[in-house]
Amino acid sequence: MYNSQPDKEIVISIHGLYKSFDECPVLQGINMEVYKSENVIVLGPSGSGKSVLIKLIAGLLKPEAGSVKVMGKEVGKLDKRELMGLRTKIGFSFQGSALYDSMTVYENMEFALVRQFKNMHGGEVRKTIREMLEAIGLGNAKNKMPSELSGGQKKRIGIARTLILRPEIMLYDEPTAGLDPVTSGGINDLINEVQIKNKTTSIIITHDLTCAKKTGDRLFIMHNGKFIKEGSFDEVFASKDERIKPFYDYNFTQ
Amino acid sequence: MNDWQCFFLIPIVGLHYRAKDKLTSKRYSVESNINQPEKYFITKGIDTFFIEVYNIAKFTGLFFKDLFTPPVEPREIINQCYEIGYRSLALISVTGFIIGAVFTKQSRPSLANFGATSWLPSLVGIAIIKALAPLVTALICAGKVGSGIGAELGSMRVSEQIDAIEMSGTDPFKYLVVTRVMATTFMIPVLVFYMALIAMMGSFVNVSINEHTSFTTFINAALGDINFMDYASCIVRAMVYGLTIGIISCYKGFNTAGGTEGVGKAANASVVLPMFLIFIEEVFIVQIFNWLKHV
Ligand SMILES: Nc1ncnc2c1ncn2[C@@H]1O[C@H](COP(=O)(O)OP(=O)(O)O)[C@@H](O)[C@H]1O
Ligand SMILES: [Mg+2]
Repeated sequence: MYNSQPDKEIVISIHGLYKSFDECPVLQGINMEVYKSENVIVLGPSGSGKSVLIKLIAGLLKPEAGSVKVMGKEVGKLDKRELMGLRTKIGFSFQGSALYDSMTVYENMEFALVRQFKNMHGGEVRKTIREMLEAIGLGNAKNKMPSELSGGQKKRIGIARTLILRPEIMLYDEPTAGLDPVTSGGINDLINEVQIKNKTTSIIITHDLTCAKKTGDRLFIMHNGKFIKEGSFDEVFASKDERIKPFYDYNFTQ
Repeated sequence: MNDWQCFFLIPIVGLHYRAKDKLTSKRYSVESNINQPEKYFITKGIDTFFIEVYNIAKFTGLFFKDLFTPPVEPREIINQCYEIGYRSLALISVTGFIIGAVFTKQSRPSLANFGATSWLPSLVGIAIIKALAPLVTALICAGKVGSGIGAELGSMRVSEQIDAIEMSGTDPFKYLVVTRVMATTFMIPVLVFYMALIAMMGSFVNVSINEHTSFTTFINAALGDINFMDYASCIVRAMVYGLTIGIISCYKGFNTAGGTEGVGKAANASVVLPMFLIFIEEVFIVQIFNWLKHV
């Protein structure tokens, strides 16, 4: 939340986006613009289609109608090679961490790194991974398997595995869900640090208003596959809308 | 409907759905599969069957296309060959040895009635190379390897690990599917010959107890009636079974939907469907080779 004056270069733009699964409508006309090095929060009840939205941005799902442009390119119309190229610029931190469970933590970190930076030599790779793991306080987990880690540790490694590639766009799917306040605080700081240091543009899906308040420049409230409110944290929660108030009440006033 | 009409229907229904397969992405993705049509062409059951056939054919086509386009994943291929080949050795050894020993023991009395126990090695050789080794190895591997691949890829799908690979700029079809299918296609033939050898040894144990033959004499007698076509048929069958196990279990695992329950279903289908197909293929390949022998 340090970037209250974004430099207005549009990185992601979404217009009239629709998506449904087997006749079950999920997204029903999403419009959204995300500017360079801005942290955008998407807030909404579970099942409202937040994960589907960022999967559409990443090209993991195909839109039914409407357009999703990332860095000027229409994601749904890219061929395999172009999509692969675009994805090297997008980092995706999955809701369930999605660590490769047949690989150690080190191998998880190494997988994309050695594939995307082919001319990085062995010593450099090892150093980068060691530094990244130390930065998230998991320097000694290097040789552990994902099944030996706690939920919070997995989450941090999942995020670190993506951040190590220095993506220009980060998509965080519930980065602090189910974590203790200390770990959550650490993740919030990490998200802000990445924004300042790398000028990364981020979309952060969350239910955690502390996270939203600390990291978000702008908030979008999703309800039944549409955005019903957008603005800064204070603007959004000044609203008396019965669909928005419960989030605030649950997080801060009980 | 007889068999032949049925075969003509596959392309017809396939083309019908191909026309509806509007997605432009050339990449394989679960999304590009045809799932539920709005209106059924024949009936729900028959349509679902043909859609599945069409999707599997597309999956197989993509495998062959990706097989020859770089980048290859040599490390992962070796890794999978190790997982699929080496890790099946113990199971194949035990079953192969038992099959050889028991088959010989059970055949002995019938041959003894004619005073023809000296034909035993030759009988064993024919039975093992022509019938038992490819079929039994393939069935055991369908159970061991197929379920493993189905469950592994299935859980990678539902825990979004496949999406994560995709996001890292690596093609998951190449990294996961092509490597595994290649490994099964090359390792099953190796395992078939390994099982044939072990089964011969099992048989030799029985033979050497009753007759005083050396292992060399036994092997020479056993392989005496086996000609080039028999070996060719054996290798072709083994490769086709390997391909079947790889393709079907990868297809089922890669397209898993519906959480943990879906993983169970995928693992189950990864065993049952290849086993069934292996028997069907056995009939066809044996027919083709018999026909080739006579031309
Ligand atoms: N691959 C899929 N196939 C079918 N339905 C899906 C799929 N992904 C998501 N859905 C459905 O879309 C809706 C929104 O899901 P999701 O975006 O994950 O919600 P959330 O906002 O909690 O992240 C849910 O009802 C879910 O059942
Ligand atoms: Mg979600």
